[in-house]
Amino acid sequence: MAVLKVLQELLSTPSILVGIMAMVGLFLQKKPIEDVVKGTIKTIVGFLVLSAGSAFLQSGSLNDFGTLFNFAFNVSGVVPNNEAIVTAGLVEYAGPTALIMCFGMLANIVMARFSRWNYIFLTGHHTLYMACLIAVVLSVGGLSGIPLVIGGSLILGLVMAMFPAIAAKTMNKITGTDTIGFGHFSTIGYWFAAQVGKLTSMKARKEGKEIKTTEDINFPQRLSFMRDNTVAISITMMVLFLIVSGVAASKPGFTDLETNYVSGGYSNWITYALVTGMNFAGGIYIILSGVRMILAEIVPAFKGIADKLVPNAKPAIDCPVVFPYAPNAVLIGFLVSFAGGIVGMFILFGINAAMATAALPLILPGVVPHFFCGATSGVFANAEGGLKGCIVGSFCHGLLITFLPVVTMPVLGAMQFASTTFSDADFCGVGIVMGNIARFISGYGLLAVCVVFFLIPIVYNFVAPKKNEA
Amino acid sequence: MKIKKIMCCCGSGLGSSLMVRINVEKVLKNLGVSGVTVEHSSLSDVSANSADLFVVGKDLETFTKSFPKVITLDNIVSIPELEEKMKKVLEEE
Repeated sequence: MAVLKVLQELLSTPSILVGIMAMVGLFLQKKPIEDVVKGTIKTIVGFLVLSAGSAFLQSGSLNDFGTLFNFAFNVSGVVPNNEAIVTAGLVEYAGPTALIMCFGMLANIVMARFSRWNYIFLTGHHTLYMACLIAVVLSVGGLSGIPLVIGGSLILGLVMAMFPAIAAKTMNKITGTDTIGFGHFSTIGYWFAAQVGKLTSMKARKEGKEIKTTEDINFPQRLSFMRDNTVAISITMMVLFLIVSGVAASKPGFTDLETNYVSGGYSNWITYALVTGMNFAGGIYIILSGVRMILAEIVPAFKGIADKLVPNAKPAIDCPVVFPYAPNAVLIGFLVSFAGGIVGMFILFGINAAMATAALPLILPGVVPHFFCGATSGVFANAEGGLKGCIVGSFCHGLLITFLPVVTMPVLGAMQFASTTFSDADFCGVGIVMGNIARFISGYGLLAVCVVFFLIPIVYNFVAPKKNEA
Repeated sequence: MKIKKIMCCCGSGLGSSLMVRINVEKVLKNLGVSGVTVEHSSLSDVSANSADLFVVGKDLETFTKSFPKVITLDNIVSIPELEEKMKKVLEEE
């Protein structure tokens, strides 16, 4: 019996669970035993590093930010960051997240094999984050245990094939081929930016005019140093901390707050703000190292298995895949989307002021989502609408990823009170849809909804007439 | 100098660099080269001496300017492009 207990505990320990996933993957690829041992251990350690990074991020800066922002402005300020919110979610939902990720990838293979969305989603960190979001939302909706894992995996498998299919049309325009899928869970934002971009060029296209693209102009590339995550996060968080602690320090009671300012023995807020801002970047750095270790073995295994089972499937790849096609659109998209984020923040502020409440959280422009998603939306909008499309499309994208988190936060249960939330559009989209369905249908009904959603594209494939592919 | 370690980089070191790593491993196998470690990481982590050869997308050219040996890819998922460029570098040894 004791052996059984040990086994049971091992299987319910999330770090061991992802380790086993990696181990199975390595065995299936027929790797030599030393590689299996190495890969399994590194995956488990990666998970532990991730948890450590999460704790460091919370205690080192994120908690302070929430406290100070509330104190300074009497409203909650939220820095959207996937890594931060996911690690917060993993504290409670690590087990279901790991299982949903594992079986969700299998569901993706089934979907790619039996529906017309033949995409294999290879952006592992987004798979992990989406698994976490789904675990949280369905748990809040009353599912737990095995039904939670089944329902969650089906939804994950569905969206892993569906979103690349939504991006496909513009993606073909960007790359000039239809062999590469696009896999980054902010597709709703890119699709939206592309459609806006298309609208801006409609008149010119009708008149048969040549559309000027971003790559026709000379744009300084110096800002590209912001591609370095650690640098970009440090700079934004230092600025945000300087503003927040500056305002907070001018109010009486600043030194009574429970922050690192007091416990760290600081005597002026400027040093504190600079160090704490960079602390935030340090936390994200640790988390990303952990995520990298977790995925280093799991993604190649997943790709290997998928290649065997669905040989003609298209790989859906992370967003930087489109960056080399339009380097100017990358930088313009980032800047304009960021500007959209700032305008969006003031709009939220204005709504609060007009209603005389503090009902809406202020979504601050996070540099990571605006860089990666803004840049990608720039490339997508440029492909459909040229330079003008890129500017207008990215701006609208910046507004969109500021407002979507406001609508998403209420479905996250207790996690809505964190000073961070999901940043990318698809996490918000899936959260909003599943979270609101879960308000009306809970328990096994919710599981049935998941099953039906998963089956629709597969049934459609077998029932609907196929287009003649000549 | 013999190439012992290849490093693939991207912005966050999670997605596209891992794809490139998988492709580099495949190409090495195709070319019959063994005994080379292939790793992937973020731009924050790498320096000129963290590997003998770096593989990045064309959009990150400015970062790896000072590195001794770099392959920049126009299409980061194209295996033919990668194979052609790697062949050239490996023959230079």
